Amino acid sequence: MPFARHLMSRLSLLAVLAAGLGSTAAFAADPNLARNLAATCANCHGTDGHAQPGAMDVLAGQDKGMLLQKLNGFRDGSRPATIMHQIAKGYTPEQLDLITTYLAAQKREGK
Amino acid sequence: MTMQRRNFLKAAGIVSAASVTASLTGCASAPVPRKQAAGHVVVVGGGYGGATVAKYLRKWSEGGVRVTLVERNPTFISCPISNLILSGDKTLDDITVSYDGLKNRWGVKVIQDEAVAVDPVKRTLRLAQGGSLSYDRLVLSPGVDFLWSLVPALDAKESQEKILHAWKAGPQTVALRKQLESMKDGGVFAITIPKAPYRCPPGPYERASVVASYFKAHKPKSKVLILDANEDVISKKGLFTKAWSELYPNIVEYRPNHELIDVDVTNTTALFEFDKVRADVLNVVPPQRAGAIASAAGLKLVNNRWVDVDWLSLESTNTPGIHVLGDAIFPAPTMPKSGHMANQHAKLAAAAILNLLAGEAPNPNPVVMNTCYSFLSSTEACHVASIHQYDAEKKTVLPVPGSGGVSAVRSVAEAQFALGWAKNIWADALA
Ligand code: HEC
Repeated sequence: MPFARHLMSRLSLLAVLAAGLGSTAAFAADPNLARNLAATCANCHGTDGHAQPGAMDVLAGQDKGMLLQKLNGFRDGSRPATIMHQIAKGYTPEQLDLITTYLAAQKREGK
Repeated sequence: MTMQRRNFLKAAGIVSAASVTASLTGCASAPVPRKQAAGHVVVVGGGYGGATVAKYLRKWSEGGVRVTLVERNPTFISCPISNLILSGDKTLDDITVSYDGLKNRWGVKVIQDEAVAVDPVKRTLRLAQGGSLSYDRLVLSPGVDFLWSLVPALDAKESQEKILHAWKAGPQTVALRKQLESMKDGGVFAITIPKAPYRCPPGPYERASVVASYFKAHKPKSKVLILDANEDVISKKGLFTKAWSELYPNIVEYRPNHELIDVDVTNTTALFEFDKVRADVLNVVPPQRAGAIASAAGLKLVNNRWVDVDWLSLESTNTPGIHVLGDAIFPAPTMPKSGHMANQHAKLAAAAILNLLAGEAPNPNPVVMNTCYSFLSSTEACHVASIHQYDAEKKTVLPVPGSGGVSAVRSVAEAQFALGWAKNIWADALA
């Protein structure tokens, strides 16, 4: 390794340590990305998809394929909606995949 | 930080991405051990932002992080839905939630007190009743303070009890309802709106609509006068103006470019540069800025009003260790000051704080979304929604093109969804 490059990589390692970063987290996807994304739905559908009884649909524990099918229906307009057609278009297909994986893995609660 | 050190970090930062990737491929199969977040986070303000961040810090750390919440009021009272108290559809009880869920279910220590000063170097927070708290990270969710200096006659407690704001829900809301109830049929209710940005952009128009709905049913000869400092209706314009002309044609009147300069308290009169308007019930939504603790802590403000934040962590841009949420921050493009948004800020900050306490960088791809439901009558509502994704180049969250928008029409269905939203967001923050 040429000296300059060697020095640069040493420097960058130091910079990462100096910034208090343990490892690759600044550059790779966050391991809690799915959790964080699904939390953006909780204002209406309840924490982790456990909606309060009433107007809003419970998403926790729904089958992943079903959730994705509904969301795709909102995105392409084939499923009627007051608001979900506008919300579903704000997320990438990859993000919706992460969100539905997370929600499907939540246990349906009695309450 | 010395010049030398800053340059060093800058130079190093340029190459860090490439070289870390290289070192990663060298040991691709080694799992990255994740450290557990630990420490003490103090949260100031138990509204939509503060309550949510307190709960999510405890939930997502599985109890590993200690959380203390400092709030001056004994209970949470919601601003959203509070306009329905003015129309007689809801009571203060309906919009009040206890902090017991945070205390008992989530193990948050709740202290009823007021934060008065911060020492960002020693990382301590001083309380009005004399105590002091030390923190590893501090979250300020102080909401807004009113700029009474811009409405001088209201800079006194007695006048604020006569000309109400009701822009922080609670006793003011109930008092305004009483004024509306005792107003004679044929009277005038006038609401003044400050220049944007202020808390809850559609809120004043919603208030005018539901008060008109009450008048229509109970005092049909009365008027609602909207005196707006802005050039035009700034939120859901089409839906509001349609409702006013279709539902309340002889009741609601809208006047733009009316920036309040003062009031005449004795004569309940709003004063403008070239005009004055007498009302039987005058309601002033005052100009606003970030809650006082933000400037007391020395945080960098934009326009001397709103806290400048880093959108990956909601940390103050000039004071490490202090994160700010909700109405107090200088918003990202097109982002409104709303309870929904504060809840989303809170989750972004909770995730970032837990990463930082574990020695990791914050999530580099945060997403937040907003919805504001507004009632147009006791039975019909509409919404505006937006989704904001992080843009690494611009270092802010930006609305996603082609997403979000407003309701196609006002509807009974959305009134049900609005109440469902309230139930769920209250539980998401406090239960
Ligand atoms: C502002 C409130 C709100 C938010 C935030 C919200 N939703 Fe919805 N959701 C609704 C409403 C209202 C409906 C009913 C359809 C409609 O009228 O749009 C619904 C319906 C759904 C349905 C269909 C449920 C069923 O079983 O038929 C799915 C799936 C869904 N939402 C997923 C999501 C996901 C995923 C998110 C987050 C990315 C989300 N929603 C965020 C309000 C919301």
